[in-house]
Amino acid sequence: MPDALLSTEALEAHYGDFQALFGVSVNVTPGEVVSIIGANGAGKSTLMRSITGLLKSKPEMVRWKDQPIGSLRADQIAQLGIAMVPEGRQLFQSLSVEENLIIGGQMGRGGPWDLEAVFKLFPILEERRNVASTALSGGQQQMVAIGRALMSNPEILLFDEISLGLAPIIIKTIYDALPQIIGEGMSAVIVEQDIAKALSVSDRVYCMQEGRISLQGTPNSLTREQISAAYFGV
Amino acid sequence: MEWINAILQGVLLGGLYALFAAGLSLIFGVMRLVNIAHGDFIVLAAFLGLSITTGFGVHPLAALLLVVPIMAGLGYALQRGILNQTLGDDILPPLLVTFGLSVIIQNGLLEVYSADPQKMNAGAIEIASVQLPGGLSAGVLPLLMFGVSVAVIAGLQWIFYRSALGRAFRAVSDKQDIAQLMGLNKAHVFGLAMALALGVVGIAGVFLGIRTSFDPSIGPGRLIFGFEAVIIGGLGNLWGTLAGGIILGVSQNIGAQINPGWQLLAGHLAFLIVLAVRPRGLFPRIEG
Repeated sequence: MPDALLSTEALEAHYGDFQALFGVSVNVTPGEVVSIIGANGAGKSTLMRSITGLLKSKPEMVRWKDQPIGSLRADQIAQLGIAMVPEGRQLFQSLSVEENLIIGGQMGRGGPWDLEAVFKLFPILEERRNVASTALSGGQQQMVAIGRALMSNPEILLFDEISLGLAPIIIKTIYDALPQIIGEGMSAVIVEQDIAKALSVSDRVYCMQEGRISLQGTPNSLTREQISAAYFGV
Repeated sequence: MEWINAILQGVLLGGLYALFAAGLSLIFGVMRLVNIAHGDFIVLAAFLGLSITTGFGVHPLAALLLVVPIMAGLGYALQRGILNQTLGDDILPPLLVTFGLSVIIQNGLLEVYSADPQKMNAGAIEIASVQLPGGLSAGVLPLLMFGVSVAVIAGLQWIFYRSALGRAFRAVSDKQDIAQLMGLNKAHVFGLAMALALGVVGIAGVFLGIRTSFDPSIGPGRLIFGFEAVIIGGLGNLWGTLAGGIILGVSQNIGAQINPGWQLLAGHLAFLIVLAVRPRGLFPRIEG
């Protein structure tokens, strides 16, 4: 895959003696939306942590525009234009809503996303810009987390468990906003447990099981039986 | 009148204690590091000021222009070179390493400057005073030091809550991993925090050296005053730290007014009383 923007090649990851990923190879091309589905403990979040540099890998196991980046620090990887909306929102509790957004943009990478653009996408955040981030509802916190990632004007945006723990109405709001977010040529990786949602927005899908890729393809080419076999391993 | 005077002098002394404490408070707030060598860095800054004063023949307050940047640079190098390696889930390694630094600094100073007490001479300003209403008088130098202390606390407060650097401090303090995802290099941010803390220590050390005589062994005592001011004021609250320093200074001076031997005891008693009644300090930072 020569034109991949981001790829992992036979990626392995360990937590101490426990091996969490076994030779995972995925790739994302420019402008593509890829979803990664799988049950709890399949290794989806570990894959995200490895890509973003929160878990160190061998250099050539993660490649960005054909350069090995597996051993870079997380802040160096962020500078390249890889942003993540982490699982569980993970807002900075000592910072206000606006400060959370500003710190997302502190690298000064130019582009269409600034405070104004984020407030236009999620108007409720402008009303609550000076509120402590902990005072928001879960859905509003997810909006801040998405806005914070967008503020760095990334080339690729990773969403880790985008809908986990949110009310269905909020999940709908966020998925409705997705085309506006990734419509500008941005690539995205969406990690989801909600298979139907993931398939509806993505160009390609990977299914993970026990630290390995168990299935991949375009949403149309995969049958429900194939997916449930790859998801549950039965 | 003697009592009011004692309280006034205690307030002014409290400003210096707040300077001792501000760096401790900052470092603990940003990276949960307790710097056992903090008091020895204050004494190191005082000796550095002494060398610059005698070496270049300049006024001690002018020596600040060199002492503060040198201490800040030392702080950054120390953090990047040594202390960052000790930070982790376990709080013991940084304690042990800074304890070791404390021993090294004390003995290094002893080797270079001997155990003789030293003092910096600030000239005519040392004996100048202003008359206040009610027959009170206050030294110009203590007033100046108090004013600088308040300004330093206000400046730190501004940096912490209003500047980009302070946002980075708070973000890294909240969630180190996630802050790195925002492109913040944790090691560099911690280095800047230590640089800022030791820059303040530079001011504190020179003031200490002008105000009283000092020798290589007095660092741990200053560390205790700093700790007490931080705890009395409440962890993580810089204005609280100033209040804590003032309470400590006033208690010491009231104790000394009763009996000169009771100065230190009275300060420690005030600390213990606050700890017993308000274990989180008088003004703990409100979360959220």
